[in-house]
Amino acid sequence: MKSKLTLNKVKISRQTEIAPGVFILSFPRPWDFTAGQVLGIGAHATDEARLYSIASGELDNEVDVLYNINPDGKLTPWLSKIVTGDNIWVSEPFGSFTGTEEAAWWIASGTGIAPFSAMFRSGLTAGKKLIHGGRDLNSFYFSKDFSGFFKDKYVRCCSRDSAEGIYDGRITKYLSEQQQLPTNEKYYLCGSAEMVVEVRDILIEKGIPFDNIISEIYF
Amino acid sequence: MPEIKEPLFGKTLAELTEIADNLGLPKYTGGQLAYWLYKTDIDSFDGMTNVSKKTRNLLAEHFEIGVQAPVNVQQSADGTKKYLFRAGSGKFIEAAFIPDGKRHTLCVSSQVGCKMGCLFCMTGKQGFQGHLSTGEILNQLRSIPERNAMTNVVYMGMGEPFDNLDAVMKSIEILTAEYGFAISVRKVTVSTIGIVPAMRVFLEKSKCNLAVSLHTPFDEERRRLMPIQNVYPLKDVIETIREFDIGKYRRVSFEYIMFKGVNDTRRHVNELARVLNKVKSRINLIHFHPIPGTPLLGSDDAAIADFQQALNDKGIVTTLRASRGQDIDAACGLLSTKELVKAQEERGE
Repeated sequence: MKSKLTLNKVKISRQTEIAPGVFILSFPRPWDFTAGQVLGIGAHATDEARLYSIASGELDNEVDVLYNINPDGKLTPWLSKIVTGDNIWVSEPFGSFTGTEEAAWWIASGTGIAPFSAMFRSGLTAGKKLIHGGRDLNSFYFSKDFSGFFKDKYVRCCSRDSAEGIYDGRITKYLSEQQQLPTNEKYYLCGSAEMVVEVRDILIEKGIPFDNIISEIYF
Repeated sequence: MPEIKEPLFGKTLAELTEIADNLGLPKYTGGQLAYWLYKTDIDSFDGMTNVSKKTRNLLAEHFEIGVQAPVNVQQSADGTKKYLFRAGSGKFIEAAFIPDGKRHTLCVSSQVGCKMGCLFCMTGKQGFQGHLSTGEILNQLRSIPERNAMTNVVYMGMGEPFDNLDAVMKSIEILTAEYGFAISVRKVTVSTIGIVPAMRVFLEKSKCNLAVSLHTPFDEERRRLMPIQNVYPLKDVIETIREFDIGKYRRVSFEYIMFKGVNDTRRHVNELARVLNKVKSRINLIHFHPIPGTPLLGSDDAAIADFQQALNDKGIVTTLRASRGQDIDAACGLLSTKELVKAQEERGE
């Protein structure tokens, strides 16, 4: 039961800024987890933990956490200063927004790509289509890995910049333009509340049963 | 550009005393401030007649009172009123006043919008625009004409209270303290979708009532309706509640919106009886008030009555909440300021 998150100290092996203000924090994997799960992070053992999806694969030696700096937040400005050898406090992973082998659409905005990265790196790729929304061309984290594997089943929707091979507009516009979406496949959504509720409304309007829509919201 | 001063309204007695101390004022000034802020209707420091003029000037130099009148009010045919308040630039919140005989309930908001994205909720459709401060939460009570007649306060308006825990806990303190609004803890209810760590803090530190949005006892169904189920499943919510001695005076209720063909079957009755076994609580059934684009339908009256009877037969105290203020979109799940926010954005405000 995760009624109170117990935090354990881990030593950071690496922190990488992969885009302006966006980081991957890595530490040796202390436990098993299921791709798609979250963990709590705090600066101290007694902190109220903030939740982040794990972005690494189930069998990777290290746990990767993708996050961006929230200037109004308490934790992420502190986290962004962490360097190799520093300690942070993390909970064991939990959560049921987990991947399956069945065909599905993965739809993410911003750092909401993290659980799908974990599923991808855990081999849950068969029958998947990945739609990722971002404001600028720097927002498509892990895009080299995804584009090499998914080819045309990987769609990047960019709301502010244009480039070849990138859909010009938000995820919601892209989905609205799709003539026929499979109604018997699952749709996994992860990102901000705004994105999730808007995309969910579009999918429902297009005839997707709400039973086939599974959402994870960052809060 | 005028200096933005810190509001005093929404400070606890301890904070007001600290402020007084920091300004070199006697510590009892904190108590005087609490009296004027929470027991009276003054809207300027000049009204604090037992505080010296020098002290009032000093306070006015550094602080503002921080109360704001509602910018609009709508009244339902059933007497329910919906108040609209500004909450920062381009942001609005709503509060619903629900008179029912001698019982007068105020349903307050704790956030502008909501992050939780429940499938059936209008507030969720506007996304999240920000947390309310303690003062902004309490201002919904302080600034309406029915203030002195209020018997009950429920945190069931816009937002998830336990996603704004610090401000909500402080507002509860001021709401229930003798120095504050002095409303009985038995008349205050905080509603949550079940953010377990924050709910635990609430159960440990407050004696107010708790209402949990349940809506289906089945995990898979619940996560289709409420994304929070992925992170804090119902079984963890219930296990946490079980750990506390709910006692005679605190009430725990489970809110259950009735969706036709989704959660209104005998299978649900049986599972509810199983998962709530030995949890001292009641179930509050709620009519579904449809929102645009929803795939959900409300159960009809006969199905609701049948469901209620079946739960009562299982020994679970089950009530049906009357729908109030539906004609002004003040009923459960309908509060939203999305259109106002959109209009402000379009005007570039």
